[in-house]
Amino acid sequence: MKKNLKNKLKNMTSYRKKSVLAYSIVILAFIIITIFDTLGFVTNSLYGQLVPICVYISLAVSLNLVVGISGELSLGHAGFMSIGAFAGVIASTVLQESVVVAMPRLFIAILVGGIIAGIAGVLIGIPVLRLRGDYLAIVTLAFGEIIRNVLNCIYIGMDEAGLRIATSAEKLGLDPINGKMILNGPMGATGIQKLATFTSGFILVLFTLFIVQNLINSKQGRAIMATRDNRIAAESIGLNVTNFKLTAFVTSAALAGMAGALFALNYSTVAPVKFNFNTSILILVFVVLGGMGNIVGSIISAAILTILPEALREFSDYRMLIYAIVLILVMLATNNLTFRAFIDKYIGKITRFLRPKKRNPDFPQKEEV
Amino acid sequence: MTFLTYLTSGLGLGSVYAIIALGYTMVYGIAKMLNFAHGDVIMVGAYIAFYSTSSFGLPAWLSVIVAMAFCTLLGIIIERLAYKPLRGATSLAVLITAIGVSYFLQNAALLAWGSAPKVFTSLFAKIESFKFFDGQLVISPETIFTVLACIIIMLVLTFFTAKTKMGKSMRAVSEDNGAAQLMGINVNSTISMTFAIGSALAAVAGVLLCSSYPTLMPTTGAMPGIKAFTAAVFGGIGSIPGAMIGGLVLGIIEIFARAYVSTELSDAIVFGVLIIVLLVKPTGLLGKKIHEKV
Repeated sequence: MKKNLKNKLKNMTSYRKKSVLAYSIVILAFIIITIFDTLGFVTNSLYGQLVPICVYISLAVSLNLVVGISGELSLGHAGFMSIGAFAGVIASTVLQESVVVAMPRLFIAILVGGIIAGIAGVLIGIPVLRLRGDYLAIVTLAFGEIIRNVLNCIYIGMDEAGLRIATSAEKLGLDPINGKMILNGPMGATGIQKLATFTSGFILVLFTLFIVQNLINSKQGRAIMATRDNRIAAESIGLNVTNFKLTAFVTSAALAGMAGALFALNYSTVAPVKFNFNTSILILVFVVLGGMGNIVGSIISAAILTILPEALREFSDYRMLIYAIVLILVMLATNNLTFRAFIDKYIGKITRFLRPKKRNPDFPQKEEV
Repeated sequence: MTFLTYLTSGLGLGSVYAIIALGYTMVYGIAKMLNFAHGDVIMVGAYIAFYSTSSFGLPAWLSVIVAMAFCTLLGIIIERLAYKPLRGATSLAVLITAIGVSYFLQNAALLAWGSAPKVFTSLFAKIESFKFFDGQLVISPETIFTVLACIIIMLVLTFFTAKTKMGKSMRAVSEDNGAAQLMGINVNSTISMTFAIGSALAAVAGVLLCSSYPTLMPTTGAMPGIKAFTAAVFGGIGSIPGAMIGGLVLGIIEIFARAYVSTELSDAIVFGVLIIVLLVKPTGLLGKKIHEKV
C-alpha cells in the first residue's frame, strides 16, 4: 500500500504534484483550524481574520493567473474585487425576502459578484490587453481608480418600486418609510447582513484553486504560458494571443469578484475606499512574494501576510514599519544569489520531490530586453 | 475670465505634476524601474521644509535648499540599500521593493511626525497676488512661481542631459546599459546621480505642492505621485519633454474636470483620458516605439 502510494507520487507529473499539494494544504489547514476552533484554541482576533484570509488567498491565486501565468502586470485587481463586492451586496439585499436561508443567498450573491466582475473584465480586458509591459500596468491602475471613483458617486436604494439608481442621495427619491439604502456613495454599502462563514471561504478557495489549476493544465493554459514566454513565437505557431490573454484576464476578474462578494458580506459596512490602489498592491505583494506562477506560494504568502500585521499588533505603531522592512528584506534576500544557493542546497532537498527529474525551470522569468 | 482662472490654476498644478513626473521619467529611463517611493520622497521633502521653517526658523528659500539636500541624500541611500542589490533582478521584484520603500517612508513619517495634518505655510506668503484686468483675473504667486520653477528645471535638465558629461553618460546608460559600461562609464554612479537629481526635484515639488495645497500628512505624496506617474506615462515614459507636457496636460484636465464636470469624478476623468491616449498611441505622446527583435 505504502509502496503503491510512493509509486503513484513518483509517476505524477510535476504539475499534478503541485496541484495535489495545493489542495492538501488548504484542506489540512481547514481541518486543523476547525478542530482548534471546536477545542476553543482560536482567539477572537484570529477568528475574525479567517474569512479575510480565505478572500485574500482567492484573490492572490486569481491574480497569479494574470501576473504569473499570463505574465501581465495588473495593478487594478481591487477594482474587480470592489465590483464583485457591491454587486454581491446588492444581490444579497434584493433577495433578502425571497431567499431567506443564508447559505443559498450567499451562493447567489457570490455568483452574481463573479458574473458582473467577469463582464467588467471583458470590457476592460479588450482595450487593455492591446498594450504591453508597464503601459498595461498603468492602464489597469487607471481602471482600478476609475472604478473606485465611479462607485463613490453611485447611490442605489430599494423600495417597493424596485431598485433605484442615482448620482446623489436626494435624486434617489427613496420611500422614506419602506426604502432601504444599499449603496450610499462614498459611504459605501451599509447595513449588510453578515452571511460569510469560514466554511464558505474555504469552499471559495477550493473553487478558485480548481478553476485556476485546471486552466493552467489545459490546452488554453499552455497557450497562455507560451504567450508569456515568447509572444512572437506563440503568434507564429498560430495562437490567438489576445484571446488567450483575455481568457486569463476575465477568469481572474470573475474570481476576484467572487472573493470581493464574500469579503463584503463578512462586514456590516464596506466603503469603496477599501478597494483602493493599496489593496491592489497588497494582493500583488502576495503573488510576488509567493513566487510568480507558484499557486502554493500564493496561498502561503497570502495567509501569512494577512496574519502578520495582526500578529504584530503588540508593536502597535511600529507594525506597518516592520511590515515594510520585512517586505524589503524578503525581496532582497530572495533575489540574492548566495541566499538562493543556500536555500536550494538545504530546503531544496525537502522540496525536491516536487520538481521534475530533469531540472528545468518550470516558470522561467521573463527577460526584459 | 473664470476660464482663465481655471487655466492658470491648472497650469500651476500641472507644473507640480511635471516636476514630479520628471523624476519618475528619469529614473525609469535609466534604471528601467517604476520608483513607487518617489511620491513619498515628495512628502518627506515637504515635512523637512515645514520643520526647518517652523522649528528652526530658517528663511523660506533656505528651507527649500535644506529639503533638497535631505531628499538627495535620502534618494541616494534608498538606491544604495534597496535598489542596487536588485540590479539585474526581474522588474517586478524591483517594483515590490519600491512599494516596500514607499510603505516604509509613509510609516516612518507617521511615527516621526504624527498623523495629524500640518498646515504648511506657503513659501510665497509674503508676496501679494497678481491682478490682471482690473482684478478680474487673480493669479496667486504660488502658481506663477511653480510654473516658473517648472520651466527653469526643464531647461536646466535639457541642457544637463544634452551638454554635460554626466548627462551624456546618463543618456548612454539609458540607451544601452552594457555598452555604456564597456565604454568606461561608471553605471552605478550614474544611476545614483539620477536618483539624486530625481529626489532633489521631488523635494522642490513637495514644497511647491504644499505651498498651493497646504495640508501636509504622511500620505500627502501618494496621490500626486500616482498622478505624476500617469503624467510620465501619458507623455511617453523616459522622455523629459514628454513628462513636462504630460504633467501640464494632466493638471489642466484635472482642474477643468473639477470645475466643469464634477469634483468626485475628476480623478476618473484624468485616468480616462490617459487610457484613451494610450489606446490611440500605446507608448504615450512622445514615447519612442521600440521594435521587438526576434
